[in-house]
Amino acid sequence: MNKDREVWVFIEQEAGEIATVSLELLAKGRELAEGLGSRVCALLFGHGIAHLAEKAIYHGADLVLLADHPELALYRTLPYARVAIELVRARQPYIFLLGATPIGRDLAPRIASAVRAGLTADCTDLQIGDFQRKDRVYSDLLYQIRPAFGGNVIATIVNPERHPQLATVREGVMRLAEPDRTRRGEVERVEPQFDARDLVLQVLKREMRPPACNLKSASIVVAGGAGVGSKENFRLIHELAHLLGGEVGASRAAVDAGFVSAEHQVGQTGVTVRPRLYIACGISGAVQHRAGMDQSSKIIAINTDPAAPIFQIAHYKIVGDLNAVIPWMIHAYHANAK
Amino acid sequence: MAYNCIVLVKQVPDTANISGKTMKDDGTVNRAALPAIFNPEDLNALEMALRVREQHGGQVTVLTMGPPRAAEVLREALYRGADRVILLSDRKFAGSDTLATSYALKCAVERTGDYDLVFCGRQAIDGDTAQVGPQVAEKLGLPQITYAESIQALQGSEIVVQRAFPLGKETVKCTVPCLLTVVSSANRPRPPSARRMIAYKLAATSLECPALLKQWPEFETAEALDRYLAERDQKIPVWTAADIGADEEKLGLPGSPTKVLKIDYVVLETSESRQVPATPEGASGLVRELIQDHIV
Repeated sequence: MNKDREVWVFIEQEAGEIATVSLELLAKGRELAEGLGSRVCALLFGHGIAHLAEKAIYHGADLVLLADHPELALYRTLPYARVAIELVRARQPYIFLLGATPIGRDLAPRIASAVRAGLTADCTDLQIGDFQRKDRVYSDLLYQIRPAFGGNVIATIVNPERHPQLATVREGVMRLAEPDRTRRGEVERVEPQFDARDLVLQVLKREMRPPACNLKSASIVVAGGAGVGSKENFRLIHELAHLLGGEVGASRAAVDAGFVSAEHQVGQTGVTVRPRLYIACGISGAVQHRAGMDQSSKIIAINTDPAAPIFQIAHYKIVGDLNAVIPWMIHAYHANAK
Repeated sequence: MAYNCIVLVKQVPDTANISGKTMKDDGTVNRAALPAIFNPEDLNALEMALRVREQHGGQVTVLTMGPPRAAEVLREALYRGADRVILLSDRKFAGSDTLATSYALKCAVERTGDYDLVFCGRQAIDGDTAQVGPQVAEKLGLPQITYAESIQALQGSEIVVQRAFPLGKETVKCTVPCLLTVVSSANRPRPPSARRMIAYKLAATSLECPALLKQWPEFETAEALDRYLAERDQKIPVWTAADIGADEEKLGLPGSPTKVLKIDYVVLETSESRQVPATPEGASGLVRELIQDHIV
């Protein structure tokens, strides 16, 4: 066991539930650790959450570092960062993965800054590989792969010298593994100490709701982009999605324009979907969007711009106005569906 | 009690408007076809700071780090109501990743003088990392409130902020000074004011003076123009790495732990694909096929 190359995964939990993205990262962490001949260590912070350690082990952790403390009951930047930073300093992990959730995106940069390590946000793939710079070869680094520059290029980033190699990953990007109830692992308790400066922020109220749409597991997604033009026109997208029993997706441009809420966003900074059918309406198809839907089994693209990049991954291309084409499709469905 | 606010902003390429036209034939981005804009959520951050000033008094200082051209967003900040703007520009900053950037910004924030609140946009649309705000907070030793949507109370050294996430809200109480990163739903940024556009019509940095000479040939040298601007309080200060007392090892490429191993231009795969005519018959044929293949 190569203890110098530990892969750490931050376990995000709320109200006694481990976030799906953390379980996905445990599976990915397992794969990376096997390649490195090392082990996966899960960081589980909270209060009254010791029972979750077992689940982390079933999903791939070899060791769970458990910080159970009343001040950790609800996520707050400073106490969580303090525990994580002290553990990183003391144990020097090689790789440290967090979900690219509001919590992961709040915590990861705080840790990276404190230990002066590199951090890559919203990776869509992680691999192990070598890096050569001048005469020096760094072996077995973490390749942090993400779309960049408006999603028109795919960048591979490495952190050759300063470790841990920190990365955040969106939910749904890595595959969730089935829990293996025969797996065994260690649980080690850490006893955090806080001082007044760590506790200057209080949570007065926290109200989280379950997602209104179930995009991630939808088998049909009808998605609209900037080309839909208005919130009124977006009704057509809802109508077609409803008719086909699918969910509504959107490009970032449509969300930014206020046509539909952010939970519908598909892409690198939204949800990753793998439906049986994806209908892209008025979506140009920047890489950031395609990163979230290009695994769809069938893609239909409707766009007035014949040069739109979305056409290059579409199985069915319709160069035309979605305001005409979608009603025709709705009509045809009514006429032909049993 | 008055609060001095610092707003950290970024000039970004308008990546939201990339279409077929902004891509070259070889699949690379045609940067020239992309306008540079004020990062949208940084405008929300500026607006939040301006409202703090309106309610409580104090000064709003806007800082950006970038090439000489980034002075454009500073002029825009002046037009929208900033009291003071500063450009951080130096070749030594080039190639900075988020860690090196946050170090430079931290040094600059410390140099600006007394401050109570630091505001940033939640994230910039070119990198979408949302890292610089929290990293600046960490380096300044400040608590951070990310995803800030509204300031619900600000009194003495206590601030109550509502945070907004895709799936919920949270209200937190924190001590001042602190750093907030602001989401787009926070407010509607005020437009540039015509009066202020006239007042700051000439505002420029000394880096821009050589180019401005071409527009204003009545000035014989860049220095003469520079003096003219300074006398009229139209000079945007430029701070270098030395001005902010930064350790060069922590800036630019040497100060950036992340390295780009490679960039792949996206080659789109044309799998088996078919053109469907944009006609009622075309749409109907497609839907029938999907039904027959049990796809819908």
